[in-house]
Amino acid sequence: MQTIAAPAIAAVMAIAVSALTLLLTGNDPIDAARAMWNQINGTDAMVDAINSAGPYYVSGLAAAIGFKMSLFNIGVEGQYRIGAFFAAVIGAKMSLPAVLHLPAILVLAMVFGATWAAVPAVLNVKANVNIVISTIMLNSIATALTAYLLFNYFRYKQSAGDLVPRTKPIPRSGWMPHLNRPIEAIGFHFPANTRLHGYLVLAIVVGIVFYVIVWRTRFGFDLRSSGVSPDAARAAGVDPKRMVVITMLMSGALAGLVGMGQMLSSGHVFGDQFPTGLGFAGIAVALLGRNHPAGIAFAAFIWSAIETAALGLSDVGIPQEITRILQGSLLLSAVIAYEVVRRRRAVAMLHEAAHAVVSPGPVGATA
Amino acid sequence: MTTTATEPAVAPTWPGRFTSRVPVNRTSRLFLALGLCIFLLSIVRSISSNADDLTASGTYRSALALAVPILLAGLGGLFAERVGVVNIGLEGMMILGTFGAGWAGWKWGPWVGILAAIAFGALGGLLHALATVTFGVDHVISGVAINLIAPGVVRFLADEAFTGVPGGAISQGPSLDDNTGRIGLPFLSGGNLFGWHSPDLLSRLERKHWFVVSDIAGITHGLTSELAWFTVIVVVLLPTLTYVLWRTPFGLRLRSIGEKPEAADSLGVPVYRFKYIGLAISGGLAGLGGAFLVIETGASRYNEGQTANRGFIGLAALIFGNWRPTGVALGAGVFGLSESLRLRSADSVRAVLLLAFIVLVAAALWTFVTKKLLTALVCVALGVFSLVYYLITDKVPTEFQFMLPYLTTLVVLVFASRRLRPPAAVGLPWRKGQAT
Repeated sequence: MQTIAAPAIAAVMAIAVSALTLLLTGNDPIDAARAMWNQINGTDAMVDAINSAGPYYVSGLAAAIGFKMSLFNIGVEGQYRIGAFFAAVIGAKMSLPAVLHLPAILVLAMVFGATWAAVPAVLNVKANVNIVISTIMLNSIATALTAYLLFNYFRYKQSAGDLVPRTKPIPRSGWMPHLNRPIEAIGFHFPANTRLHGYLVLAIVVGIVFYVIVWRTRFGFDLRSSGVSPDAARAAGVDPKRMVVITMLMSGALAGLVGMGQMLSSGHVFGDQFPTGLGFAGIAVALLGRNHPAGIAFAAFIWSAIETAALGLSDVGIPQEITRILQGSLLLSAVIAYEVVRRRRAVAMLHEAAHAVVSPGPVGATA
Repeated sequence: MTTTATEPAVAPTWPGRFTSRVPVNRTSRLFLALGLCIFLLSIVRSISSNADDLTASGTYRSALALAVPILLAGLGGLFAERVGVVNIGLEGMMILGTFGAGWAGWKWGPWVGILAAIAFGALGGLLHALATVTFGVDHVISGVAINLIAPGVVRFLADEAFTGVPGGAISQGPSLDDNTGRIGLPFLSGGNLFGWHSPDLLSRLERKHWFVVSDIAGITHGLTSELAWFTVIVVVLLPTLTYVLWRTPFGLRLRSIGEKPEAADSLGVPVYRFKYIGLAISGGLAGLGGAFLVIETGASRYNEGQTANRGFIGLAALIFGNWRPTGVALGAGVFGLSESLRLRSADSVRAVLLLAFIVLVAAALWTFVTKKLLTALVCVALGVFSLVYYLITDKVPTEFQFMLPYLTTLVVLVFASRRLRPPAAVGLPWRKGQAT
């Protein structure tokens, strides 16, 4: 019951805040809601929303695995950029059959993402450097580093006057196939120019692996117990330093996959048009989805559906940016609602325990 | 006990602990260090070609302007962390401030803009307080949320306020008619005295290019001419805030909450209220930093993305400065200077490598004498690297200069973490009446 109550309250709060903002600025919230619904209510818009939800989902998982042990990897942003950059550079140089090329690029992205995440992990374990701070700093360093390498060593010019800074495009064998054909085979019809990205399959697989690792393995148990009570975990023989390193590496590897949605499905290069902010959106999505793969999937879809629906607002002359207020207030009220619920539950448990201790059955019948 | 030598002014609270090993007082030591820096800069400027910008007045004028927003963000971080709350949301609060200044400044002039920026930033701080203090949300999560929300809110407001206005668009406000005005030091830096344009002695000295003398003149001239009133206010604000934090009952209570909230609580300090106050000040200072960017830099207007991670650099300055106002100011100064050199002349940045070489060799000798062999080796290696890089390169890539504040912070955290002393209870959730 309470698992549904908290997100519901958060959604109501977020909608109320956004509606109030629209009213105060002289816009009609009902118009806005109708325009957003009309925009999202169609197969092509749904496909768009699912396509852009994929990277949010994987980014959410990357953040969530750290959150599971109260480890704040704010650096998914930098890790996915580093992973994507090297995957693009090396992936474009390789000539392999498609069966090998695509997995090779994915592995490269994961390896480099994990490498970048290893830096804060090692700094934390060896020199006790706070991971939040180091990952914030490394995000900015990653941006500068990729820009430096791109401009000085890996820039690809189609013609002499090519002004767009980007890497050499990845050959077709490294592209991710789209899912239209297999899905049309089972009788579903896609509108023209609409492609369901193959990244969806990758995201689902990663989600399942995430679930199995975190809830069905020894490592996952150690991870979760370190998050709930580091002292108890240590007493049970869990090495906290080893946990930090492994978790950061896994988080970074997942982060490496975040950029692959855009790169292998549509862009095929790393350049100045490469999407930014996916890492921070992932943190939001992980928090909204309470670090559970199913919850994150739902949150990632909502997050990107709001963005897709926003495009309809321009028809009725309402600023699209209202949806960013909607997302932001949804995040903040959700986080607050979860915390309040968590605390009330803890208090209820304490009361129950106290009750059980004070009146142990028929003996203490005076109560 | 080398740590005690640089420990700033908490001494009166624990007599006897901060005995100085070097029999020189703090002010003289500061001047000694400053003199040494200028001397080294002069040497490097003379040896290296095209490195005049290292001590040119223009470099220091823009360094000061670039340091102010970082300093304000850092002080914002200081007030948050001194009440025990980590503030990753500084960047977001700064963004709120840029809109406040860009909008109110355009409507009613720069001074109202400054007040609006403080108010907008403080609102961000209060939101952070609501989440972290009242509802007990994790500080980092709330900060990240604020950083996600603030740009969205500001973009929405900018669309409402600026789209369709002459000179305005969703990503850019109309330009402000006025800044806060300029002053200079009379006689030395050519400031105006009752409408009379006084002589500019320092800039005349600077043009002579005399060893050390012209360098001092250049630096001083840069820091004392064409100053924005806004800068003057911030420069006055720094010692004021330091005084408030370290020398008043209010400051003592505020800091006690960052160190040991349960002790403060047991003595009747309203912990929650002080956390709210601290975070409001924190957000207000970050907003003020945003106002400086809008009013005193570039074309005097709101621009989207204008803060460019300065909130995070402020956080870096906070760590670099060991959670103390003077340290934060030093950090902001270093980062501002490096950015100024990056923007003004890439050639002189190359000369900084030579400076790094000299400093690292000195550090290596010192650590060798004090028998820290590993550190000495690291210093030698880095020193040799700097020298080789200096000799083989013409120009240090701007991206590396861009990384400097972030790299510096990491290096400080790695090598000096034992000398850093953040507030003891920072980042810990605290509920009134909880055990321990």
